[in-house]
Amino acid sequence: MTTYTPEKLTRDEMAQQVAADIPAGAFVNLGIGQPTNVSNFLTADQGVTLHTENGMLGMGPVATGEDIDPDLINAGKIPVTELPGASFFHHADSFAMMRGGHLDVCVLGAFQISEAGDLANWHTGAEGAIPAVGGAMDLAIGAKQTWVMMSLFTKAGESKLVKELSYPVTGLGCVSRIYTEVAVFELRDSKVFVRSTHGVSFEELEARIPVTLERA
Amino acid sequence: MAPRIATSAADAVAQITDGSTVLIGGFGNAGQPMELIDALMECGATDLTVVNNNAGQADAGLALLIKERRVKKIICSFPRQSDSWHFDEAYRAGEIELELVPQGNLAERIRAAGAGIGGFFTPTGYGTLLAEGKETRVIDGRGYVLESPIHADFALIKALRADSFGNLVYRKTARNFGPIMATAAAQAIVQVDEIVPAGGIDPENVITPGIYVDTVVALGGSN
Repeated sequence: MTTYTPEKLTRDEMAQQVAADIPAGAFVNLGIGQPTNVSNFLTADQGVTLHTENGMLGMGPVATGEDIDPDLINAGKIPVTELPGASFFHHADSFAMMRGGHLDVCVLGAFQISEAGDLANWHTGAEGAIPAVGGAMDLAIGAKQTWVMMSLFTKAGESKLVKELSYPVTGLGCVSRIYTEVAVFELRDSKVFVRSTHGVSFEELEARIPVTLERA
Repeated sequence: MAPRIATSAADAVAQITDGSTVLIGGFGNAGQPMELIDALMECGATDLTVVNNNAGQADAGLALLIKERRVKKIICSFPRQSDSWHFDEAYRAGEIELELVPQGNLAERIRAAGAGIGGFFTPTGYGTLLAEGKETRVIDGRGYVLESPIHADFALIKALRADSFGNLVYRKTARNFGPIMATAAAQAIVQVDEIVPAGGIDPENVITPGIYVDTVVALGGSN
């Protein structure tokens, strides 16, 4: 059933929802930017292990003060800490872990997502832009489940959930869930289900999004 | 054969000549062999093909090699950063060739070279701009792209410690590309904080076996 709350979700509330949906004991990669915030809402009881693609499992919170160690950083090159049970490995192992389907969940940001779950998040395709991809394509297709966190509309008010991507593809058919400030979507069998809406009705959402929506 | 113990960073990189392909370790500053890169700068070798995750940061190391137009081509996953101004300028001027590779494909292509693999099909990049012109295949219903190994003449790597047999241990996330780059280059040149006698590293803890290591230089270090 599609649930409704009267207020839009704040960024922290989105992160809180994502954190609550991560299964206990999961191995998880949180992308750079908004997804990183999810770690603040994971509870010790969940027993989630964080992966960082530059070569570590068991990543702890951001390091401060004397804990800062230049040899201990995350994929965003920010100094972090290690938790008991952490391990280090080289880059090929780190991406094999991802590509080989050993990570349970990966949470990413996005420019656009199509109704088929195609993801665009690496390149605007703008004239003169210098392309850079990093681990985006590996992350998109690697984990068992790829979830996206983003604002649903661009600054110009256009829906980022689209029929077909107009931005360059990062990965095809890889996204299974989208968390936005106004709705949470589940993508399966090339259909878009609305799990919840926040501050908008299902009908308002339907009017603003160029894809067919199904009630969950 | 035990590796050559170089007397200085300059001595360690002295064999690198014009036109060489050089793998450079490091992710951000972690594991970046800064002294070896500086020595490469000093030695004057030019027309280089460089493989690194990034394309230089700020006004140091690889960024300076690019600034001085010593790098004709860079193979990397993430060239554009807030402080990659020397790369940005060279790229916009058409004075450096860029081969952009997804990070995991970059790592696996290096690993493949060291492991004697002639090519591999990977799902990463399938259906994207970065797979254009490459052979693809659908295996068990999933799309894959054929990627080729990246062989190199030299690798410049930073590790924590070596023994006199060239066995290496790294430190935390500074390990990153070091172990695979050591395997993929004809000559692996490694800077370490210290060199200990054979037996000084527990064999159970060796990350890079000495067979892959050709030159080691001890430069001290903060750790």
